[in-house]
Amino acid sequence: MNRPPASLPNPIRPAFDKGQTEGSVIVNIGPSHPATHGTIQIVAELSGERVVRTDVHCGYLHRGFEKECESHTWHNLIPYVDRLNYCSALINDFAYCEAVEKLMGIEITPRCRYLRTLLAEYSRIADHLTCVAAALMELGAMTAFLYLVTIRDYVYEHLADLTGARVTYSYGRIGGLAGEVPEGWLERLEEILDEMDTFVDRVHGLVDRNRIFIDRMRNVGVLSVDEAINWGFTGPVLRSTGAPRDLRKDTPYLAYEELDFEVPVGIKGDNYDRYYVRMREMDESRHMIRQLMDRLEPGPINVDDRRCTLPEKDRVYTEIESLINHFKLIMEGPQVPPGEVYSAHEAANGELGFYIVSVGGGVPWKVHVRSPSFVHMGGVHRMLDGYQLADIIPSFGSVNMIGGECDR
Amino acid sequence: MSNADDIFDRVRGGLAAKTLESTVEHGVLAIVVEPAEVAEVAGTLKATFGFDMFLDVTAVDWPDREPRFDVVHHFYSTTDRVRVRVKTRVTAADPSVDTLVPLYGSARYMERECHEMYGIRFRGNDDLRPLLLYEGFVGHPLRKDYPKHQEQPLVPYRKDAS
Repeated sequence: MNRPPASLPNPIRPAFDKGQTEGSVIVNIGPSHPATHGTIQIVAELSGERVVRTDVHCGYLHRGFEKECESHTWHNLIPYVDRLNYCSALINDFAYCEAVEKLMGIEITPRCRYLRTLLAEYSRIADHLTCVAAALMELGAMTAFLYLVTIRDYVYEHLADLTGARVTYSYGRIGGLAGEVPEGWLERLEEILDEMDTFVDRVHGLVDRNRIFIDRMRNVGVLSVDEAINWGFTGPVLRSTGAPRDLRKDTPYLAYEELDFEVPVGIKGDNYDRYYVRMREMDESRHMIRQLMDRLEPGPINVDDRRCTLPEKDRVYTEIESLINHFKLIMEGPQVPPGEVYSAHEAANGELGFYIVSVGGGVPWKVHVRSPSFVHMGGVHRMLDGYQLADIIPSFGSVNMIGGECDR
Repeated sequence: MSNADDIFDRVRGGLAAKTLESTVEHGVLAIVVEPAEVAEVAGTLKATFGFDMFLDVTAVDWPDREPRFDVVHHFYSTTDRVRVRVKTRVTAADPSVDTLVPLYGSARYMERECHEMYGIRFRGNDDLRPLLLYEGFVGHPLRKDYPKHQEQPLVPYRKDAS
């Protein structure tokens, strides 16, 4: 066995290696640190316990997503986009499918539109549950963590009944969805939403007015509206500063235009506001899911379009045209006309945009993801600098950086 | 949607002198400008038309075309809720455009990614260190001529124990 050399080259070059002030020290936090979820490296200059400045590095989870996309057919990318934000994989699926559908000029069926909206909101809840639970656990609120993760596990198991997987579902399809909702699934959804009301209320009761929690979260990691927009923050982080910017309201897609919901905002853009905005968004999502369950009518979930939808299995076995159609869709991929499109959804963390270039044919020329976590990492130092070393953990946690979509 | 069309018309009118092409594609106004004009056009978009959020910058490689690269910027207006795409074409010999860091803080990180992936140089951005890749990485992996399976491990792979 040959061992790696004794000294390895440093994969990063920190922006600074000397302190600005007398007596300050440079501390390297991460990329493998028990309290940072995700492999992130923060090089911090400390003066005592105070953070003077930080240099945030990401990329340890880079796996060449965009390069890989250029050699697979349009449908084969769906499992890859699942792995961008793995806390709310369905939102990625639907955002990607919608971008391709725009290029192909496909309008999805009403049932598919409602189901996608419902599942997107359900995923948003799972994502916010994860973020809030982890943030609370890092502050020592183990009970609140267990309450939230209990609910999240109900959601995961329930989505596994629908899609066959707990985390990465690959459930979207260009022009529709992978399958119909199983019997009894919506009844169970109602039960889970009711349980969620109970558990989320308990968490409100445990932490909202808890002195320790407030002292750690209030006035820490403060962002102003202008600063947040300048640094590209979107989603709950931008809304926590008080700007009611939400793509579901501003540029409505799927079925959001028909739904009644509010956009919760914070008052000063600190950690407490980010916690509270996420908790309130879960309330709104539950409200939306209940409306969508009432609107869901029976009907087809896939468009009847031979360019993207696989033919019925019994016809594949009995007709040569359907057999050829099936073969072509699998081997060559759906034929997407040349063009380019930028299509964005309001993902759990902010604006998730897909910029897709097609030159015709079954394989994309380019797929670029504008992922909220990556852009947030470019501005997160504004929330860390000037606060205490211990504040890095809750502030960083409140951004909910997801390595899968940040590093791609 | 007519609201968006009005805004697009105003933007097109305001930038007509600098625009080579402009179209509305899938709800986004796409304008093509000369590489030297990018920073000025972005400045006008921000100051005059309220495009206060810088969404994204990336490049598209067309190996058989001259100039070889498209550098693609996306902007969003949080007041008018519309997006604009600003595209420019740069050559492989001199793949450089002006940085947008003085206008948007978020450009700093995104330009770093575009620089390492495509080798686009952003004049004026003083921090183009590798970000998703590592120090010493050779080449620009998202260029079409970079082989997908090429490996550059920092730590040598372990050989079989035998």
